[in-house]
Amino acid sequence: MNLRETDINNTTTENSIWQILDTVVDPEVPVLSVIDLGIIRNVTVESGDTLENDAVEITITPTYSGCPAMEAITMDIRLKLLERGYKNISIKKILSPAWTTDWMTKAGKEKLKAYGIAPPLDVPQVCDSKLFAETGAIQCPLCGSYHTQLISRFGSTACKALYQCLECKEPFDYFKCH
Amino acid sequence: MTNTKSLQTLPTTETQLFTDQVDFLLHLADTNLILAQRNAEWCGHGPVLEQDIAITNISLDLLGQARNFYQYAAELINAHNKTIQAPGAIETSDTTEDSLAYLRTERQFKNLLITELPKIDWAHTVLRQLFYSIYQFLLYGQLQNSTDAQLAAIAEKSIKEVAYHVKWSSEWIIRLGDGTDESHHRMLKAMENYWPYTGEFFMPAKYESEAVTGMNISSLEQPWIEQVKTVLDEATLWLPAFENVAAVYMHSGGKTGVHTEHLGFILAEMQYLQRTYPGAAW
Repeated sequence: MNLRETDINNTTTENSIWQILDTVVDPEVPVLSVIDLGIIRNVTVESGDTLENDAVEITITPTYSGCPAMEAITMDIRLKLLERGYKNISIKKILSPAWTTDWMTKAGKEKLKAYGIAPPLDVPQVCDSKLFAETGAIQCPLCGSYHTQLISRFGSTACKALYQCLECKEPFDYFKCH
Repeated sequence: MTNTKSLQTLPTTETQLFTDQVDFLLHLADTNLILAQRNAEWCGHGPVLEQDIAITNISLDLLGQARNFYQYAAELINAHNKTIQAPGAIETSDTTEDSLAYLRTERQFKNLLITELPKIDWAHTVLRQLFYSIYQFLLYGQLQNSTDAQLAAIAEKSIKEVAYHVKWSSEWIIRLGDGTDESHHRMLKAMENYWPYTGEFFMPAKYESEAVTGMNISSLEQPWIEQVKTVLDEATLWLPAFENVAAVYMHSGGKTGVHTEHLGFILAEMQYLQRTYPGAAW
C-alpha cells in the first residue's frame, strides 16, 4: 500500500489520509480499524506548499459516551499523522448524528466474527424495548450455531453483551446493535 | 454558582437565561456523575461477576454522559468569561469539566437527591436505576428536540445507552420482585426507601423553565408513573397506595443545592486528590 499517494503536484490528497486512518486500530479489538468502526465522519485537507504545511482536519464521533478507547484512538490518529510528517493536525469530535453500528463496514463485521466476537445485527431488526426479548438469534462465532443464549446485557465492555453457545458451550461477546 | 460579578449587577433577561442554561446543564451533569459514583461502589463487590461488570459499565455510560454535559457547560462559561469560584479553590481563568466536577462544593451541586443516597443492597440499586433511567429516557427524549443543538446532540447520543439501562433494570426488578420471599421483601424495602425521592424529578427548579428545557418538566410525571407501574406490576411490587401520588411526602432540594448529608461524604472522597494537591495532573 502506497501511503504517500500524491498527485502529480506532490500534494496530499484526502485519499492518502484515509489510507493512514485505515492503520489506526481499536485498542480493544485490534482487528478493527477506525474506518471499519465507522467513527471517522469527515476528512478535509487544505494543501500547503509542503506536506508539513498541509492542514488536515479529521472529524470523529464517539461510539459510547463513556468509551475510554476514544482518547487512545484520538492520540493514535495524531501520532500516525505526525509519523508521516504532518504537523498541522486538527481532530474534532461531534456527537450528532449519533454513531450507530449500522455504520460499521461489512468487512469490519467479518473481521469481528473471525476474531471471535459476534458482530452486531442490523439496528431496525432488533433494537426494540421488549423485556427479556429474544434479540434475534445471535450466531456463535466459534461453532456457527444459532442456539445461543444471553447471559448479561453488558459484557467485557459497554458496547458488548455476554452470550453463551448452547451447542459448543463456549461463552462469547456480542457487539450490541446500537 | 457563586460569581462575584452577578452580586454587583442586576441580571438582565439575557444573563438570567444564560445562568439558567448553565445551571440546567450542571444539574444534568451532576445527577449523572453522582449516580455513576454510587454505582461504581459495586466495583469488585457485585453479587456475581457478570453483574459487577454490568453495573460498572452503566456507571461508565453515565460518566461519559456527565462529561459531555460538563464540557458543554465549560464551553459556555468560558465563552462568557465567567469563572466558578469555590471557597479556597485555586483561581483558574478557564473553566474545565474537571474544575466543575472537582472544585465545586455541596451547595453548588444540583444532582437529584435520589442519586446520592446510599446504595444499601442490590435491590435498592436496581430500583434506583429503574426510577432514574425511565425518567432519563423520557427527559432526553424531549431534549433531543431542543433548539439548543449541542444539548440535543448529547441527548440523542445518551438516550441509546439509557435504553439499555431501562431494559437491564426492568429485567432485574422482575427477577427480584417476582422471585423468592427474601428478594421480594428486599424490593419492598427499596420501594419504601426510594419512592419518596422520585417526586423531585417532576418538581422543576427555577432554571428548568420552558425557555431552557423546551418542555414542562412536570408533564413527564404521568408517562413515568405509567411505565414504572407496568414494570412493578409484572414484578408483583405495585401497591394501590402508590397511585395516590399526592399522599406521599416527596423530598426535594437537590436541584437547588440543598442536599442530604450523604453528598458531603461522596464529594470528600471524590474531590480528595484535587483538594489536597490543587492542580494535580498526570
